[in-house]
Amino acid sequence: MQERPRLINLENISKEYDGVRVLSDINLYIRKNEFVTLLGPSGCGKTTTLRIIGGFERATTGRVLFDGQDITDLPPYKRKVNTVFQKYALFPHLNVYENIAFGLKVAKRPRDEIRRKVEKMLALVNLRSYGKRSVESLSGGQQQRIAIARALVNEPEVLLLDEPLGALDLKLRQEMQLELKRMQQMLGITFIYVTHDQEEALTMSDIIVVMKDGYIQQIGTPKDVYDEPKSAFVANFIGQSNIIRGEMVHDCLVNFCGADFPCVDKGFGSNAPVDVLIRPEDLQIVPEDEGRLKGIVRSVLFKGVHYEMIIDSGAMRFKVHSTVMQPEGSTVGLDVIPFNIHIMKPMPKEETQFEEATQSEEETA
Amino acid sequence: MSAMAFPPWAVWLMLLGLAAFAGMIALSIRRNRGIRRTLFAFPYGLWIVVFTLIPLLLIGYYAFTDRSGAFTLDNFRTFWDSNFEMRKQMLDMGFDPADLGIARGNVNMDTLIYSLWMAFLCTLICLAMGYPAALFMADRNFKLGSTLVVLFIIPMWMNFLLRTIAWMSLLEDNGLINTLLGALGLPRMQLMYNSRAVLLGMVYNYLPFMVFPIYNALSKQDPKLSEAAMDLGANAALTFFKVTLPLSLPGVISGITMVFMPSVTTFFIPRVLGGGNTEMFGDLIERTFLSADNWNLGSALSLIMMVLILLSLTTLRKFDPEGEGGTMI
Repeated sequence: MQERPRLINLENISKEYDGVRVLSDINLYIRKNEFVTLLGPSGCGKTTTLRIIGGFERATTGRVLFDGQDITDLPPYKRKVNTVFQKYALFPHLNVYENIAFGLKVAKRPRDEIRRKVEKMLALVNLRSYGKRSVESLSGGQQQRIAIARALVNEPEVLLLDEPLGALDLKLRQEMQLELKRMQQMLGITFIYVTHDQEEALTMSDIIVVMKDGYIQQIGTPKDVYDEPKSAFVANFIGQSNIIRGEMVHDCLVNFCGADFPCVDKGFGSNAPVDVLIRPEDLQIVPEDEGRLKGIVRSVLFKGVHYEMIIDSGAMRFKVHSTVMQPEGSTVGLDVIPFNIHIMKPMPKEETQFEEATQSEEETA
Repeated sequence: MSAMAFPPWAVWLMLLGLAAFAGMIALSIRRNRGIRRTLFAFPYGLWIVVFTLIPLLLIGYYAFTDRSGAFTLDNFRTFWDSNFEMRKQMLDMGFDPADLGIARGNVNMDTLIYSLWMAFLCTLICLAMGYPAALFMADRNFKLGSTLVVLFIIPMWMNFLLRTIAWMSLLEDNGLINTLLGALGLPRMQLMYNSRAVLLGMVYNYLPFMVFPIYNALSKQDPKLSEAAMDLGANAALTFFKVTLPLSLPGVISGITMVFMPSVTTFFIPRVLGGGNTEMFGDLIERTFLSADNWNLGSALSLIMMVLILLSLTTLRKFDPEGEGGTMI
């Protein structure tokens, strides 16, 4: 990623509500024109972080810098950021046109300029003839577009989006993801996007900030956080994974489930306990005697593109994704190439337990 | 009272109403093929028929008849000209009332105008005091808001008459306020028996009816909306005038309705706090029915009152796009 100037800097931000700490040690910078996603489960502090940037909450400690200037104490209406709210927060007493024109009218722009800009925005969000409609007569997707238009018409330097697609159905959500990305690239605006949907984060972001319990867990490109998660939590939250307790025999050789596996990771020491992460799609099913591990197929689920199988090796129940189905009860071999084994520092026990919870959450979503 | 006996058809009317009601029940049972849900509506339906619909018809009947039960518009003429009866009698006796110096009597009209004016003032004061109070209580950052709401309700648990009489002990010549003024060496003031005292009593009694609808509208408002306005560059004042206030209008209209209606028909308060000096339309109606024993004129006055209230509410409703405040009609 090329070096762009830093636009927003969060320095040592923390936030407490009535003595309960919801954000700790948030240090984060956001570059110009970046699409940054704050990702995490509910209650992780991502929305609070966004509201601190927007000026709706005051950080208990720390500073917010915008273009080098301290804006920590600036009220929302003096900040060059605009927000797309979670449930849109469109003004029900104004029609579509008036909603979009609100910011320009408050700024006392000339009438013809307002008209021109609002028309342009309506065209941008594909709602050209909807100006006179009441916002309550629109569908969720249309309200969503109006909310985006209402924010963008003010030509903010930064657009804050608080789970803007949460209320839309899957198909519409995927369309809007692409559309948002297109707008961001076309307008050259910095987007700060809050979501709990890892797929959304992976699809749209330049940078993903994974948060949990008020702490930043990892900052990186989608590829970074998917391929090289720094913790079991990140690994589980972004995609699905098998996390196995193992032991680093020496550099580039790890032992788990009673077998030695060559890998590409170094620097964990010799005979050191580690967590081994293998994505379900990286486990290869091979004939019974050819794999380093052997297991019995316990269950098979059809997931569309692939089958999801639980294969029990005795020491571990692996989740395996494959386009080829293995019959339940059959015994198969399992193998994985060195590049697909990710070694992480071991986490306390309860963190690895997180797996079950996130998986059931994803299934219901 | 003898002349004021119920006309015989009123009894028939009541029986007819009950029969119609029974018919409605039977029909609804047949249509719904069940009795359970409709059953719960019976007591209220019966109540409406016996105590609202039929009395309303009776008021209409009395208003358009004279004591003998014959159709007449004289009651409404008397409303316009309180000397109408007298002048009519004089004409019958062959005198010209103008010669005797008896002109149009405007007591009834004046009382109505005075009542409307007092109700208008009362509503205005309640709005001016109630809106900020409601705004204050609905503020989410203000943690004592719900406590304040309860404090506002508590006086309403006391009887309306008692509350009004309590003001007497404050305002009267030897009341609390004047005693206090005297103790401070200040001249005593005439606080009672004038329009201001009546207005005070009205505002005191009706203020909660203004506060609560507005409070409801404000506390139901999504706080995200004012955040959105701030986000779009509006400062606190602009946010209030462009978002908070317009969105609370249904509550305001509901509040105006709830205060204006009982204000116009106020009685008792003027008698207690205004002495005999201020009579409002509610007192006039009461006096016409009970002291003057003129049910026909009383009914006509009531009917005029009802029409006026209905008109003002319909007008208000036009300004209430949500139709929330109009629920009072």
